[in-house]
Amino acid sequence: MTTEQVDPASRQRPRFSRPLPGPAVLLSAALLALLLVAAVHPALLAAGSPTDTDPLQALQAPDAAHLFGTDQLGRDVFTRVVHGARYSLSIGAAATAAGLVIALVWGLVAALSGRFGDAVLMRAADALLALPALLLALLVVLITGKGVSGATIAVAVGIAPGFARVVRAQAMVVRRSGYVESAIGLGVRRPLIVLRHVLPNTVGPLLVLGTITLGASISTGAALSYLGLGAQPPTPEWGAMLTEGQGFLHQAWWIALFPGLMLVCTVVAVTVVGRHAQARSEGRYAS
Amino acid sequence: MGAVRLVAVRLVSAALVVWAAATCAFLVLQLIPGDPVYAIVGSDALVSEEQHEAIRQQYGLDEPLIVQYLAYLGRLATGRFGDSYQLQQPVATVLADQLWPTVQLALGATLLAPLLAVLVTVATSGRANWPRRVSAVVELVVVSTPSFWLGIMLLTIFSFRLGWLPVAETGDFASLILPTITLALPIAAVLTQVLREGLLGALEQPFVITARARGLPEPAVRYRHALRHAALPALTLAGWFTGTLLGGTVIVENVFARSGIGRVTLQAVGDRDLPVVQGVVALSAVVFVAASALVDVLYAVVDPRLRKRTGVQAA
Repeated sequence: MTTEQVDPASRQRPRFSRPLPGPAVLLSAALLALLLVAAVHPALLAAGSPTDTDPLQALQAPDAAHLFGTDQLGRDVFTRVVHGARYSLSIGAAATAAGLVIALVWGLVAALSGRFGDAVLMRAADALLALPALLLALLVVLITGKGVSGATIAVAVGIAPGFARVVRAQAMVVRRSGYVESAIGLGVRRPLIVLRHVLPNTVGPLLVLGTITLGASISTGAALSYLGLGAQPPTPEWGAMLTEGQGFLHQAWWIALFPGLMLVCTVVAVTVVGRHAQARSEGRYAS
Repeated sequence: MGAVRLVAVRLVSAALVVWAAATCAFLVLQLIPGDPVYAIVGSDALVSEEQHEAIRQQYGLDEPLIVQYLAYLGRLATGRFGDSYQLQQPVATVLADQLWPTVQLALGATLLAPLLAVLVTVATSGRANWPRRVSAVVELVVVSTPSFWLGIMLLTIFSFRLGWLPVAETGDFASLILPTITLALPIAAVLTQVLREGLLGALEQPFVITARARGLPEPAVRYRHALRHAALPALTLAGWFTGTLLGGTVIVENVFARSGIGRVTLQAVGDRDLPVVQGVVALSAVVFVAASALVDVLYAVVDPRLRKRTGVQAA
């Protein structure tokens, strides 16, 4: 394929589908703000306990008293969904952050450690990329054990190899740039060059990538909880709530509907905001 | 480059990927805390000193790590993987027994997802803008929907409310419909996004102007010429998805209580049945490599420019 041919039309119009326009981004940001409130201070949005059971109120359909209905133990589903925001958001955010840090070290070491180290580290990343992220996460859960922190580490390790490739590619570009060459010429010591020049110029693109991946991390974290490897019942985590609700599908659809719906809304909102951030950082989209 | 040499190079690099993935899995599994003997006999069982030693010997756990690794590679090369800790069967037998339900599911999704993607892209590729916009929103929502919830909702609607489809695995085609859709829909949504992006890009290329100038009818321009160009990146992605379907089947088989490799994997992780986990990792790497190879052949079918270079003769 010839790369010299640059079609003028493709310059004027971005070839990527445009991010959703203003209202969608604002709505998503508002939802995320609300979720943040729910995560930090759930009692503001839903009074009552997410774990107190009330057998007399079990399996009530949604009505004015119980907006999202009640589950098999009489717990209010709305309260549980609100309190669950904390777990789903924190697993996703912590895993993404940890994945970025692992990838940053991995990619930078690969880019700066000469041909042999680079080859070993990048082939290892390739090998791990050949495994489905969920399978890799399951391997990590074997080491860390079940639970919220185990699932968080598992999601982080699952996304790290892909990120490491991006870091390494970016670091390679920075390494060959004029200012790094000049710094070497001036006799600046290597660790200082990495810290002052390579690191800051690698982190930027990575942060955008992290925003995009946050949605997927939240989703994978919930999947691990759904599979019984993350947050354990009676924790009101959304994935774990789905596992509990699945046994009552034939009589109470609302137990499984609302936690999942919140999960979808969260991931959509994060994706919309993330794409917007990405488009802005690439200068494709003025708003 | 001759076709024979090309195939040889591909085979060697494929073997290297499988070896590297298996080695990573071996190393990762060495990090598991606790005595594997208890994973074999059960964590609360009482084991005497002699029994403990006998079990270690039986599974080769008393050997130095490097010997264990070489033995592991040997088992890998012969495709036997050793014996399951829990099921008292060779891992190869366990996986072979569970392979068919998963293959049915994965094959269904592999066929359904690209089909859906092409249909939706073509249906929304007209001059009007709104079908594309509606479709873009639907795609975003579907991509963001975790497959376990998608499966649960499909079950609720079509099995519990409407009663059209069976709730659990019955072995016939009807019980395969919902799991296949659950596995295929999120993949189809991503493929549609990429395909549409590619189609819009291709329609701006000079060859489209040439084709129109030759007086080709618009459908021919769009679907015979432009769609082919758009198919290349989608094909790469489709191959990648196929290679990682095993991750999706873990969830889907769990939601629909189906038997299969995904179910076995989850169970093996819960039971710390390491030989089975290693077997699944190796199988997964082989599937990934096979899917990439298949995509390379399909490239040559879709893109005539690649035929001469690779020596692959397309039908």
